[in-house]
Amino acid sequence: MVQSILSAKDVVIKFSLRGRVLTAIRGASLELYEGQTLAIVGESGSGKSVFTKSFVGMLDTNGWVESGSIMFEEQDIAKFKGDKQWSTIRGKKIAMVFQDPMTSLNPLRTIGMQIQEVVELHHHLKAAEAKKRTIEILTDVGISSPEDRYSQFPHEFSGGMRQRVVIAIAIACNPKILICDEPTTALDVTIQAQILELIRKLQEQYNLTVIYITHDLGVVANVADQVAVMYAGDIIEYGTAGDIFYNAQHPYTWALLSSLPQLGIKGQPLYSIKGTPPNLFNEIKGDAFAPRNPKALKIDYVERPPYFQVSPTHYARTWLLDPRSPKMDPPETIKHMREKFVRYSV
Amino acid sequence: MSQTTNRELLIDVKNLRVEFNVKAKEPFVAVNDVSFHIFKGETFGLVGESGSGKTTIGRAIVRINGTAGGDVMFKGRKINGDIPKALDYEVTQKIQMIFQDPMASLNERAKVDYIVSEGLYNTKAYKDEGERKAKVEAALAAVGLLPEFASRFPHEFSGGQRQRIGVARALIMEPEFIIADEPISALDVSIRAQVINLLSELQKSKGLTYMFIAHDLSVVRFITDRVAVISKGKIVELAETEELFAHPLHPYTRSLLSAVPVPDPIEEKKKRAIYYDPLSHDYSVHKPKWVEIRPGHYILGNDPELEEYNAMLAK
Ligand SMILES: Nc1ncnc2c1ncn2[C@@H]1O[C@H](COP(=O)(O)OP(=O)(O)OP(=O)(O)O)[C@@H](O)[C@H]1O
Ligand SMILES: Nc1ncnc2c1ncn2[C@@H]1O[C@H](COP(=O)(O)OP(=O)(O)OP(=O)(O)O)[C@@H](O)[C@H]1O
Ligand SMILES: [Mg+2]
Ligand SMILES: [Mg+2]
Repeated sequence: MVQSILSAKDVVIKFSLRGRVLTAIRGASLELYEGQTLAIVGESGSGKSVFTKSFVGMLDTNGWVESGSIMFEEQDIAKFKGDKQWSTIRGKKIAMVFQDPMTSLNPLRTIGMQIQEVVELHHHLKAAEAKKRTIEILTDVGISSPEDRYSQFPHEFSGGMRQRVVIAIAIACNPKILICDEPTTALDVTIQAQILELIRKLQEQYNLTVIYITHDLGVVANVADQVAVMYAGDIIEYGTAGDIFYNAQHPYTWALLSSLPQLGIKGQPLYSIKGTPPNLFNEIKGDAFAPRNPKALKIDYVERPPYFQVSPTHYARTWLLDPRSPKMDPPETIKHMREKFVRYSV
Repeated sequence: MSQTTNRELLIDVKNLRVEFNVKAKEPFVAVNDVSFHIFKGETFGLVGESGSGKTTIGRAIVRINGTAGGDVMFKGRKINGDIPKALDYEVTQKIQMIFQDPMASLNERAKVDYIVSEGLYNTKAYKDEGERKAKVEAALAAVGLLPEFASRFPHEFSGGQRQRIGVARALIMEPEFIIADEPISALDVSIRAQVINLLSELQKSKGLTYMFIAHDLSVVRFITDRVAVISKGKIVELAETEELFAHPLHPYTRSLLSAVPVPDPIEEKKKRAIYYDPLSHDYSVHKPKWVEIRPGHYILGNDPELEEYNAMLAK
């Protein structure tokens, strides 16, 4: 039986911005299972980064967890205050790799020193051994001529190489949970495949639990055991990869799948969701996606839907699952979606 | 569109070489003898290994990186190296680059309003404050951002929102040629679709030309007319998009296509990617050449390899 390793309940996160308050996360809950990979997908700005940053106490200084709990190793880390408390968890037990590698690297220090520092601190190694280990790590993440690369600076690396270094630093500490926030967005697909393979290998080796945030649904299909779909600061659907790809229930998830470039026809516009996401400064009433859903129900504008259970592994927050609602089919485009994908025969 | 003869050339890159001085005896050659041309109105894709020199090529065209050899021609005029001030000015306005790293490329201390207007300020391409403000608002709207975002700072945005700021600051200049370096990588699929639709629309209405650098090959397949595949600073294959996806020949191209993730968990979990070993080429006796193996389909290979590629095509 899989065991829960982290459990977030009704988390609300707010930011204060020049005197006004915006709510970035609106009561999101999430269960993370040991040794499994959870992919988080969803609209840009829906709170994927903010939500997961709160698991490592890395919210920007103008943000805070207003309410809710995040249980990890019998502690409510949502209540943690200050770097002293966080230092027992961040980087050591829960490590995070960011979307933008430059934010995690110091532009003024060599790549080698930045990894070595972590290795020395964490594994209590002497400089010479730590350097050896650092070069091994660089090799592990696929950097060629690691000895030369060791003494180069971040700006001398390509975008993709920088990201691999950041991953190298994160895994140097053997964390329990690795949060990857779009780690392969800047990589070519062959190196991406290698990184995914690397993460899988580490996962088996150390029973690592992985949260993988990405916009690439192909990558989700590759890595995910579970998938959480976010919209406007909330998780609106949750299930196994199969549940989400083959049996999606929420209109936002339908719209997301319909926008896949693989379903587009060359020369014609791609499907895209009309309208803009809600202004997070305002209070959101009902189903946050309703104003952009041409087939929204009346109740969608009035009351926020609860989670309905579709199967023991699958939940969705949509009134469509209420027995009183009219039956609605997913859009034609995503029915039999599998048959429309081209697989390159090489 | 394969009438290569009577189409207007917009960009012609010939034997481009870019070097970096690293702390080694020899300079590091990031771009090595790269040649390609781009027709007016087309979308030219540049795909390949990370670290292979795609961004560097883009930066050499917009004159951020100096060149160590070769020519970059824009509408028949050489624009690399020392050029007259007036031409430099023209290039600054007409060729825009959307930068890859949204966080690193945006000035953190400036508000979005300034960031998006920067090119306008540099070229004084507006009548008055009112016109500038209107242009900023229109550019933000074009990429799906609210006008009120103009008064925010970059760190107050999500990754995808920042990337769209980068697109807006290029569009505002009304350029003729846009080098889009991973312009959509951090966007969710729906906004990605919106930006792609927007780029196609602008292309139709304004006759824009794009060089599109991307790792997402599903998108590349959807929007480009021709694609060049680059590996280790060299272009190894170039063809019309459909031809390339249907008949990939070079082992690097084939490994790239084999690794494209498909949004289908059942398929994806049993997929095996082919790895490319750059050392698999034996160029000690037979030197590689750049040949047109089929009309419009170019490939880098030596005689034995070309024979093999011809056999693959004959099948
Ligand atoms: N420091 C901050 N101050 C104010 N608002 C913020 C701050 N950081 C994030 N936000 C807002 O919080 C919301 C959620 O942002 P977040 O970065 O989590 O989005 P995301 O889902 O990761 O998007 P993307 O896919 O584009 O990375 C966004 O609307 C963003 O503008
Ligand atoms: N300023 C610099 N100094 C030294 N080396 C550099 C510099 N800029 C780039 N390089 C090197 O040039 C090569 C090409 O880098 P470039 O950024 O063009 O790659 P890319 O193809 O855009 O990769 P990615 O897909 O990862 O963005 C890399 O090996 C990189 O390390
Ligand atoms: Mg994010
Ligand atoms: Mg690049």
